[in-house]
Amino acid sequence: MKLLLKIWRQKDAKSPGKMVEYPIDGVEGDMSFLEMLDVLNMQLVEKGEDPVVFDHDCREGICGSCSLMINGEPHGPDRLITTCQLHMRKFSDGDTIVIEPFRATAFPVIKDLMVDRSSFDRIQQAGGYISVNTSGNTVDANAIPIEKEAADDAFNAAACIGCGACVAACKNASAMLFTSAKVSQFALLPQGRVEATERVLNMVRQMDLEGFGNCTNTGACEIECPKGISLENIARMNREYLMAATKG
Amino acid sequence: MSGFASSSIARKVVMALSGLFLVLFLLLHVTINFTSVVSPDTFNTMSHFMGYNGIVQFIMQPILIAGVIVHFVMGFVLEVRNSKARAVKYVQYKGSANAPWVSRNMIISGLVILAFLGLHFYDFWVHEIAYKYVEANPQDPTRYYAETVEKFEPFWRTAIYVVSFVLLALHLWHGFASSFQSMGLNNKYSPGIRNFTRLYAIVVPLLFIFIALYHHFNPITH
Ligand code: SF4
Ligand code: FES
Repeated sequence: MKLLLKIWRQKDAKSPGKMVEYPIDGVEGDMSFLEMLDVLNMQLVEKGEDPVVFDHDCREGICGSCSLMINGEPHGPDRLITTCQLHMRKFSDGDTIVIEPFRATAFPVIKDLMVDRSSFDRIQQAGGYISVNTSGNTVDANAIPIEKEAADDAFNAAACIGCGACVAACKNASAMLFTSAKVSQFALLPQGRVEATERVLNMVRQMDLEGFGNCTNTGACEIECPKGISLENIARMNREYLMAATKG
Repeated sequence: MSGFASSSIARKVVMALSGLFLVLFLLLHVTINFTSVVSPDTFNTMSHFMGYNGIVQFIMQPILIAGVIVHFVMGFVLEVRNSKARAVKYVQYKGSANAPWVSRNMIISGLVILAFLGLHFYDFWVHEIAYKYVEANPQDPTRYYAETVEKFEPFWRTAIYVVSFVLLALHLWHGFASSFQSMGLNNKYSPGIRNFTRLYAIVVPLLFIFIALYHHFNPITH
C-alpha cells in the first residue's frame, strides 16, 4: 500500500508547528497504525532526518498514551479502539492521511504528535481516590454488598484509560467525560460516598483551572471514546456537583 | 458558593434553566398568536390584556427580557471560552463524524435568532412603547389584529420570519433535550423526554411559520 502522510511537526512547545508531507510505500494491511509510523521513522532515521515523535506504550489499548488525531478524528475512523489498535487495512492504496496531535490548550504539544496530558493527572490528584488506611487491617472491599447495577456502572466508568480522546474530539475541548468517569467510579460505590462532596467540587475546580472548555452536550466524546464511557456519567457528575454545591 | 457560580457546570445549568424558561415562554407566545388565526376578537382581547396588565408589563416582561439577555450573554461567554480552550485549531477536524450539525452550531442558530429578535423588538415592542408611552394614545382594545396582519404583508418580513423560525427549530432540537442532561437528568426516561423535546422543536416553530404565512396570504382587504 502506498500512502501520503501529512504529519504535524513541531520542534517544541514554544515553536510554531506545520504540516509536513511524507510519502510512504510498502505499508501492509496487517500493520497497526503505530507500526506504520515505526516504518516511517526507520526511513527517516536512515535518511538522517529527525523521526516523528509520538506517544505510545502498551500498544494493546490499555495505557491510553497513543494520542493521535487521524483524518480529523481521535484514534482514527474506527469506534471503540485506540490508535495502537487501528489497523492499516482500514485505509486504501493511494490514501492521504492527516495526522495531528490531540489539540487543547490544556494539552500543550511537547514535540510533534506528543502532548502533555498531566492536566488529567492533576484532576485525578484533586479527588480521584478514596482515603483508606492500608496498615494491614483494611476491610475487604467485598465485605460491603453492592447492587449489581451500581457495580457494573462503576466498573464501566473505571474503564476510562485517560487517553484524552474525549477532549480531542470535543469542539469545546471539554474534559467533562474524563472527569465524570473518574467521579462516577467512586460516586456509585459506598466506599466512594464518604468523600463524594469534596471530590466532585475539587475535581471540577481543577478541571476548570486547567483551561478545558465548557461542555455543550454535543456527545462527540461518547462516540470517540475508545472505552465506551457514556454521557450518563456527565449527567451524574452534574447532579453530584449541584448536590455538593447546595450542601455548601 | 463563589467557586460554584463561576464553574463550568454552573454555566451549563444557567444556560439550561434560562433556555427552559424561554421554551415555556414560546408556548405561551404561540398560543396567543394562534388565536389570531381562529378568532381575531380573542387575539385582540389577549393582546390587550398582555399590553396593559401591570403584572405582565412590569414584572413578567422584565423577567422575560432578563431571561433572554442571560441566555445570550452566557452563550457568548461559552463560545469565547471554548474557543480559547483550543487555541491552536486542527488542520483537519471531522466534527460531522461524531456530532450532529445542530449541536455544533448553536452559536449560528442563536445569532440568527438574536438578529430576528432585534427586528421583532423593533416591529412590536418599540412600536408598543411609542404608542402607549410616547404618543400617549388612548387604549384601543381592537387595534392588535389589524396591526399584526399588516406586519406580514411585505414578502421580505414574512421570509425573514420563516427562516428565523427554521433556525429556532434547529436550536431547540439540540437545546431543549440538552438542558435536561445539563441539569443531571439522564436515565430511563431520557429517550422519552428527547422525543418529546424534538416534537416540540418542530411543532412550535412550524405553528409560528404557519401563522405568518396564513396572514401573508390572507391580508385584510380595506
Ligand atoms: S473518557 Fe474515554 S476518551 Fe476520555 S479519557 Fe477516558 S477513555 Fe479516553
Ligand atoms: S499504546 Fe497503550 S493504548 Fe495505545
